[in-house]
Amino acid sequence: MSTETYVLRAARPLGGDPVDVVLRGGVVAEITAPGVADAADATVVEAADHVLLPGLVDLHTHLREPGREDAETVASGTRAAAAGGFTAVHAMANTSPVADTAGVVEQVYRLGEQAGWVDVHPVGAVTVGLAGERLAELGAMADSAARVRVFSDDGKCVSDPVLMRRALEYVKAFDGVVAQHAQEPRLTEGAQMNEGVVSAEVGLTGWPAVAEEAIIARDVLLAEHVGSRLHVCHLSTAGSVEIVRWAKSRGIDVTAEVTPHHLVLTDELARTYDPAFKVNPPLRTAADVEAVREGLADGTIDIVATDHAPHTREDKDCEWGAAAFGMTGLETALSVVQQTMVDTGRLSWSDVARVLSSAPARIGRVDAGPHAQGRPVAVGEPANLTLVDPAAVRSVDGTRQVTASGNTPFAGVELPGRVVATFLRGRATVLDGAPVGEVVR
Amino acid sequence: MRHLLSTADLSKDEAVLLLDTAAQMAATQSREIKKLPTLRGRTVVNLFFEDSTRTRISFETAAKRLSADVINFSAKGSSVSKGESLKDTALTLHAMGADAVVVRHWASGAAYQLANAGWLDAAVLNAGDGTHQHPTQALLDAYTIRRHLAARSDRLPDGAVDGVGADLAGLKVAIVGDVLHSRVARANVALLHTLGAQVTLVAPPTLVPVGVGVWPCEVSYDLDATLDGWRPDAVMMLRVQRERMSGGAGAFFPSTLEYTRYYGLDARRLALLDDHAIVLHPGPMNRGLEISAEAADSERAVIVEQVANGVAVRMAALYLLMAGEDSAEGNDL
Amino acid sequence: MSTGPALPADGGTTVLGAGDVARALTRIAHEIVERSKGADDVVLLGIQTRGVPLARRLAERLAQIEPGFDPEAATGELDVTMYRDDLHRHPTRAVGVTRLPDAGITGRTVVLVDDVLFSGRTIRAALDALGDLGRPRAVRLACLVDRGHRELPIRPDFVGKNLPTAQAERVRVLLTEVDGGPDAVVIAGRDAPDDAAGGAR
Repeated sequence: MSTETYVLRAARPLGGDPVDVVLRGGVVAEITAPGVADAADATVVEAADHVLLPGLVDLHTHLREPGREDAETVASGTRAAAAGGFTAVHAMANTSPVADTAGVVEQVYRLGEQAGWVDVHPVGAVTVGLAGERLAELGAMADSAARVRVFSDDGKCVSDPVLMRRALEYVKAFDGVVAQHAQEPRLTEGAQMNEGVVSAEVGLTGWPAVAEEAIIARDVLLAEHVGSRLHVCHLSTAGSVEIVRWAKSRGIDVTAEVTPHHLVLTDELARTYDPAFKVNPPLRTAADVEAVREGLADGTIDIVATDHAPHTREDKDCEWGAAAFGMTGLETALSVVQQTMVDTGRLSWSDVARVLSSAPARIGRVDAGPHAQGRPVAVGEPANLTLVDPAAVRSVDGTRQVTASGNTPFAGVELPGRVVATFLRGRATVLDGAPVGEVVR
Repeated sequence: MRHLLSTADLSKDEAVLLLDTAAQMAATQSREIKKLPTLRGRTVVNLFFEDSTRTRISFETAAKRLSADVINFSAKGSSVSKGESLKDTALTLHAMGADAVVVRHWASGAAYQLANAGWLDAAVLNAGDGTHQHPTQALLDAYTIRRHLAARSDRLPDGAVDGVGADLAGLKVAIVGDVLHSRVARANVALLHTLGAQVTLVAPPTLVPVGVGVWPCEVSYDLDATLDGWRPDAVMMLRVQRERMSGGAGAFFPSTLEYTRYYGLDARRLALLDDHAIVLHPGPMNRGLEISAEAADSERAVIVEQVANGVAVRMAALYLLMAGEDSAEGNDL
Repeated sequence: MSTGPALPADGGTTVLGAGDVARALTRIAHEIVERSKGADDVVLLGIQTRGVPLARRLAERLAQIEPGFDPEAATGELDVTMYRDDLHRHPTRAVGVTRLPDAGITGRTVVLVDDVLFSGRTIRAALDALGDLGRPRAVRLACLVDRGHRELPIRPDFVGKNLPTAQAERVRVLLTEVDGGPDAVVIAGRDAPDDAAGGAR
């Protein structure tokens, strides 16, 4: 718990009227009229015209450790998360070894605690080794020190319907959720990009939208049948949005996420054959981009999650067909949401706080207790906060990201907004736009 | 024109210039001394990440007839490993001072990457990339079609010999077979359209790509109706990969017999063609599958000539890419 | 050969008119017959572009002088693009037509015909091309204009007009068959010494 006192001078909580916010003892101690809070013995952060958000919570991060520390470590990935305004991340299970036992999830959890940049909540694998054959020990992971509540074979789909049904039912015992990577495997064998006009032309094996939609449709019906809750990872097609909208209208307990890149990028980028744009699920069409924006605006899609997927240069500096799927996202997510949703008037900053903080915290069941995340900006709440300068404009440079990998699809792109400061329970992890205690790269 | 990566990049004037230049190259190939000094002292690297003896030999012959030094670089085997070898190979070739790189690769887009990733400053000729493009094959097909059929074109220049100067306006070409996996089909659709020909793709629906609707061509599932009703001037049979039908539930058609029954060019279908119509095949043929022996050996078949024309077309491409100014600026091709 | 740069706005100075060109060709035809002691084994090869009509015109004149001479059977055209030594210094040149008389050139007296003789590099390329096409008994060179500035040890056997020029000047031969208007030889760029890049051969 931080012993330091901070005064955020004239910040605008959720984009509202300016106030002074005092952080002390790990909580929001006072909120006063601007310029009023006592700055004696406090560090003052000038925050005029800056938007103050609850610390961002990512439900979908690949930290790569254990196994691929050459691409990212828990330390480097969580530092990048803090730089992007996050105070908690859910670390996906597709590590090596796979996070399918209490031992591995506790290891990741402890690495996160040691790093201290954000709260790390390990996601447990649904099936042993992500092999899709038999359930992993979900209960043991839930009971472990990591208190796992989100289970996912992300990177692979739990395609066996019986196994999926069992997982959905089983996690009810500890209020868990299965986060499905919706990808029908047979329909996507060898697939490289969205199947459509562009794939036909550039000669890359197509990845049909139906391969995603068919699984989502099946899973919402399964969730309804067994009365479980389901989370749909990174949905990417207009059809997926429709299915989730229909499921919610029926009262099915389903939540859905979209990634920042699916809010803005399209499959036209595959014409460059630049593997920076190779991602799973693939970039879709402009119509799909519009549909996911609409879904996010109307609440069909509950959250934005980064699917931050760092890869080494050798895994990306090669032929499209040989390259790894994935993009980094922690440091660009908020900017992309601002550009596509806030600056276009489709979401307010209060909505941003919902889709990037309170809703993901609620889905991951990390919204209560001493380490509660996604809480309101209010006196007495844990001081997990992110201060954003929405007027700033920055040019993205993969080689200068905080993450250990440079595979951003936004290289050379100018994005609006900059995270000025991040606080984890009252302790500054980012100040003046740079991780605290780190050399500015 | 700095590289030859895709027929979709070619304007009509560029395409006609390539074909006309090929005609002049072909004329030199009937001489006793076939070698020209044009590219003396320049180096062409044949970079093959995928086996294709025919294409490699054709490019090698073309380069040698123009007096270039030819280095054959077979990188097969690295296809299963990570593709970073493409970058390393490119850097090696750059260090060796290659003036042109002829690249065949299993990955769609590999030639584009070689040309655009900044690894290399040589001219890049795409000799087939994955299921994307194979521009010199399409050029040699267009050259062959023009030689035989330009007299039927709407716009034949006065006194043209072998169709020199002509495009393919008014001609009808049917491309039959596995369009989905065919770089030859993609390259031909773009080039034939640019040259003014009409194209109909004929294939079982499983072998037509989703998204074909925006291609500048028609699509038919019925070969008999196309031959009988549309009356193409040229019929191009695509090679069918046998592994495409052995995928169990993932096979693209039920059996070879059924494929041949509906999409094979046999003597009966050959007889449906107009007298002037020609039959092309990029080779190697599966006799008895997509084309019967009668069709392959008939007088209409120009398949062997396609091979000879391939050398002339590749000489033209090498000449036009390599003989110009060192800088692309001011190069009006 | 390319058709060369467009004429400058001033149009240049006409140094030979249509009558001069006709008289020069007639004289060259007589010299060829005299030098070859007849025209029996003579083959006229015009170098693309304007050497080709010049060769045809010379052939017609040879036929007038020597009635046994068949102009069709003794005329051809030669494109030397593929033999040039300066390809990489210029925009890509379209490759032109090479056409030899049916009887070939081996054992014959080949007269290369070009419009302007300048550096000699085109003729060097033509000699290389001939070497690949056959083995003439002798090769001679006829040009309508010799403007000097040779860069190789090449000299013409038959010259229509010796034309002293500055290196930077451009000499253009205009022929009815190619350029449409009346025959003429024009010098341009006399007052523009900086304009040295273009120019005929």
